[in-house]
Amino acid sequence: MSDTAAAPQTLAQKLIAQACGRRSVAVGEIVTCRVDLAMFHDSSGPRRLQPMLEELGAQIWDKQRVVLVMDHYVPERDDDARRIVRIARDWARAQDLPHVYDSMGICHVVVPQHGHIRPGMLCVGGDSHSPTGGAFGAYMFGVGSTEMLGVVVTGEIWLRVPETIRMWWDGALPRGVTAKDMMLHMIGRFGMNGGRYQAVECAGPAVAALSMQERMTLSNMSAELGAQAGLIAPDATTARFLAAAGAPPVDAAPWFTDAGADLVDHRFDAATLEPHVAAPHSPANSRGVSHYAGTPIDVAYIGACTGAKLDDLRAAADVLRGHTVPAGVRLIVAPASLQDQAQARAEGVLQVLLDAGAELFPTACGACAGYGDPMGDGVTVMSTTARNFKGRMGSPSAQVYLGSPYTVAAAALRGRVTDPREVLA
Amino acid sequence: MTGTTAATHRVWRLGADIDTDLLAPGHAMKHGIDVIATHCLETVRPEFARTVRRGDVIVAGPNFGIGSSREQAAAALVHLGVAAVIAPSYSGLYFRNAFNLGLLLLTCAQAGRLDEDDRIALDLATPAVVAADGLRLACEPIPGFLMDMVRAGGLMNQLRQRAGKETLHA
Repeated sequence: MSDTAAAPQTLAQKLIAQACGRRSVAVGEIVTCRVDLAMFHDSSGPRRLQPMLEELGAQIWDKQRVVLVMDHYVPERDDDARRIVRIARDWARAQDLPHVYDSMGICHVVVPQHGHIRPGMLCVGGDSHSPTGGAFGAYMFGVGSTEMLGVVVTGEIWLRVPETIRMWWDGALPRGVTAKDMMLHMIGRFGMNGGRYQAVECAGPAVAALSMQERMTLSNMSAELGAQAGLIAPDATTARFLAAAGAPPVDAAPWFTDAGADLVDHRFDAATLEPHVAAPHSPANSRGVSHYAGTPIDVAYIGACTGAKLDDLRAAADVLRGHTVPAGVRLIVAPASLQDQAQARAEGVLQVLLDAGAELFPTACGACAGYGDPMGDGVTVMSTTARNFKGRMGSPSAQVYLGSPYTVAAAALRGRVTDPREVLA
Repeated sequence: MTGTTAATHRVWRLGADIDTDLLAPGHAMKHGIDVIATHCLETVRPEFARTVRRGDVIVAGPNFGIGSSREQAAAALVHLGVAAVIAPSYSGLYFRNAFNLGLLLLTCAQAGRLDEDDRIALDLATPAVVAADGLRLACEPIPGFLMDMVRAGGLMNQLRQRAGKETLHA
């Protein structure tokens, strides 16, 4: 217990120290943290938690700190989905939960858009893409339903204080290259467990220049790097986003990695980064787009928390403005939230996509994880989602390529994997 | 679960990067664990769910359990009676889920020295894997509170005990 040490601390250490009531923590220590926010959805949440809570005769520790989102099985397509969603709705009503977002979009986007995740918090989510919250300077990570039950009953969770792997990005991203490409590049280099369940912190001028939603894409896919958390130090961009979301005023100032803190540093140059594509069946099969250019595709899928936020829709529209996709190519757009969809409509972005021939799908997780309208046998898909595991989007024979919204829109336009810089006016 | 178990654990040998979508496929997720378990690993080992026996162990390559937070990917193995998974590395999220459900994961750098159908014993005190010919493969230590969780049959049983309820074992 080296509580007196004034050694430089990483952002991850500061956040965990705050959550366990200490001045500092050391890497490798196992500590018990107070949970500021527990988020779960219709699939991981009530249908699993309700029976366990009832059996224990236990109560939710603090309903104000719980957020429930219906996003996986909505809209309900069959009796099983109806049953699962009904359990969630009935339970939310019976518990009188104050924070419920039903069919409003995907949890990792909807919850920040309502200001629930703020700098300095420790949050858990019942979903593997919960590191998305790290974009706001919160320590947020995913847990399974049983562990979530423990949180819901006790308000606490154990953690091993992680090392920090800092990804330092110099330079500025060229036009048509995005946070998604940065992440695909890192996953291609380090592999799907390169994060070793430590804290990955993205930093440097290229990260500071990113919009809040682009930062969310980085943190979101730190899950595919195998990190426990994907952190970005909060700043004025964070504060502006949260103010617009109606959050109480935030103090971003204390939440940064001290100079001289013990960490592993990797450096990258954003200026020379090319668009990246991950080939079937792993996000780690990621290389520059030229390696896969020309591969014919059947479906272009713009969806998911990773790749269908407002900024993603804007990027796709930049490519598709004034064009239509060729016959034989399906362009599917499933916006990440109703709020993003409404804003895209107001800006004319949605109309550009519809004019290009897009089919508009519900603002839900959808085919990303094989829910909704999954991909059929032998189909080749170019997708803005996070994962292309065999069978994840539907049929095991579907071939899924991952890319940025620019790259997916370019593939839709040409009917084959294409460098978006060739088609951006 | 202390000391060395009898050398009766049969090995199922799997490759690297066995992800949660292989262990608990998305198309089955709307069902209960009894149905999900029948689809466990169907894409890579179609016979697994039908022929696995209680007490068998899985020996896999690096990054076992990468992917989703769905704990059914661990619960399916518990349901099928798998005694332990032995691999050089795991997804951190899967690691937490497994212990929360009472599934023992042994982190063993030399797991690759074990073959399909080997019979092995587990020395949980060290911990180590002991092959039929006596070869000992050292595993990384497991924090005591996680071993307690496995011995209790998972976090839910520990919460049951704390609430003064009867515990259940798989």
